[in-house]
Amino acid sequence: MTEPDANRDDPETPAARWHSLWLLTLGPAFWTMHFLASYITAAIWCAKFAGRAGSLETVRWLIGGYTAVALVGICLVSWFGYRQHKLGQATLPHDADTAGDRHRFLGFSTLLLCGLSFVATVYIALTVVFIGTCE
Amino acid sequence: MTLYTSRQIGLNGRHGGMIAPVIAVGGCDLHGPQSALSPAGVGAEQISSLFWWMAGGAVLIWAVVIGIALYATLARPRKKHDVQGARWLIIGGGIVFPTVVLTILLSYGLMLIPKLRSTGNVDLHVAVSGEMWWWRVRYTSPAGEPVELANEIRLPVGKRVSLSLTSPDVIHSFWVPSLSGKVDMIPGRENTLILEPTKPGTYRGVCAEYCGASHAFMAFRVVVMEPQDFEAWLTHQAQPAVSSGSPSARQGEQAFLVNGCGACHTIRGTAADGRVGPDLTHVGSRLSLGAGMLPNDAQTFARWIGHTQQIKPEVRMPSFGMLPEEQLTALATYLSGLK
Ligand code: HEC
Ligand SMILES: [Cu+2]
Repeated sequence: MTEPDANRDDPETPAARWHSLWLLTLGPAFWTMHFLASYITAAIWCAKFAGRAGSLETVRWLIGGYTAVALVGICLVSWFGYRQHKLGQATLPHDADTAGDRHRFLGFSTLLLCGLSFVATVYIALTVVFIGTCE
Repeated sequence: MTLYTSRQIGLNGRHGGMIAPVIAVGGCDLHGPQSALSPAGVGAEQISSLFWWMAGGAVLIWAVVIGIALYATLARPRKKHDVQGARWLIIGGGIVFPTVVLTILLSYGLMLIPKLRSTGNVDLHVAVSGEMWWWRVRYTSPAGEPVELANEIRLPVGKRVSLSLTSPDVIHSFWVPSLSGKVDMIPGRENTLILEPTKPGTYRGVCAEYCGASHAFMAFRVVVMEPQDFEAWLTHQAQPAVSSGSPSARQGEQAFLVNGCGACHTIRGTAADGRVGPDLTHVGSRLSLGAGMLPNDAQTFARWIGHTQQIKPEVRMPSFGMLPEEQLTALATYLSGLK
């Protein structure tokens, strides 16, 4: 028998990397890093450079940049999650006791967590949209 | 709600300083002097309208969710709903709707902040320091001199006031629910709270961050007055103490200086210039005694001075119950007469 799809994963045959949980953590990791970076940048800017009533203009641009990076990252991760969720023919709710369904389930969870992280990251960025000074 | 909680105070020390607070709680009085729901300041007005919008929205969402639950369990629709439709209901009601609502609420809340916190157009600066367990208040007199007062804040109606909030000991929090939100007083830091009272009246403020044994007894009054009354009040408070000069009051003044009260308290115009406790120059003119604990009259002065430790747990003033009755009375007459 020829193997036309030798490189494709067989949706029902487990590969070692299928057991990895790492993808699941990436969306929230972008959210966390974005939050910390934004918070620390604003704190240092206000404490060391701008002063109490100082403007956040520079910080706004920086946080805008962080936000773009984080959102693109989250979208990429959700794309991987989506592909994992769609592997093979099976449909939701991915609750069979098989390696393939576990794999799809993790992909779907990744997708959902990315949705949450996306909204949360936007909410953090909203702060500097409305608040323009260190006050 | 009554301003003064009625409490029985064990007047003889044998009860080991136990006090049995019988607190007359006024229940859900929306119009009390300490209610965020009867706002008398710009900050509190915005907070209360936000609260009502959110409460209304929460009730609406609750009704819809319960309605769907009842529909699903009781109505038993004869025709099954199709899976596709149900899925959109879940995505719409469980993801899109809350996200949109939360985004609107968050944006609304964030939009309020710059205006509420802006230090522009401030008419008056007052420094307030939260100390275990009372409030040191510093004004600048019309003549430009610093005036130190305590446990009572008076403000002119319609003016924007900037309060600088500090603490020398532990974290306290300054909260006058009728006027605005609360802001922490943190050792080593100066926080700013902008107040803009809109209705004359007397309101109650509290410490809103647990700070030790007498945290619950760390309150104060805020009196919002017409601007010209406020000016007159401040001018008067800036003056040195004026004693009635009656024999009892004169004896009280002597007792105050002889018994070392002046090591902790200042009475401007006398030799007493201590800085540990509240300034007592016009203590008789305040609305309460002991940081909002007791009504202000000669009787409660005698009780406070003789039973300080029983009235206020761990208070940083010794009880002077060992003084002869006559001296306590004289002190009470003198201090309550310092209007
Ligand atoms: C060791 C310092 C100290 C000494 C001595 C002291 N006090 Fe005090 N006193 C305080 C402190 C601190 C407070 C604030 C207590 C509180 O409310 O937590 C206070 C509060 C008061 C108050 C209430 C003030 C207000 O605004 O409600 C009166 C009145 C008073 N003291 C009178 C006296 C008299 C009279 C004496 C002398 C017989 C005296 N004190 C001695 C520290 C002292
Ligand atoms: Cu407190």
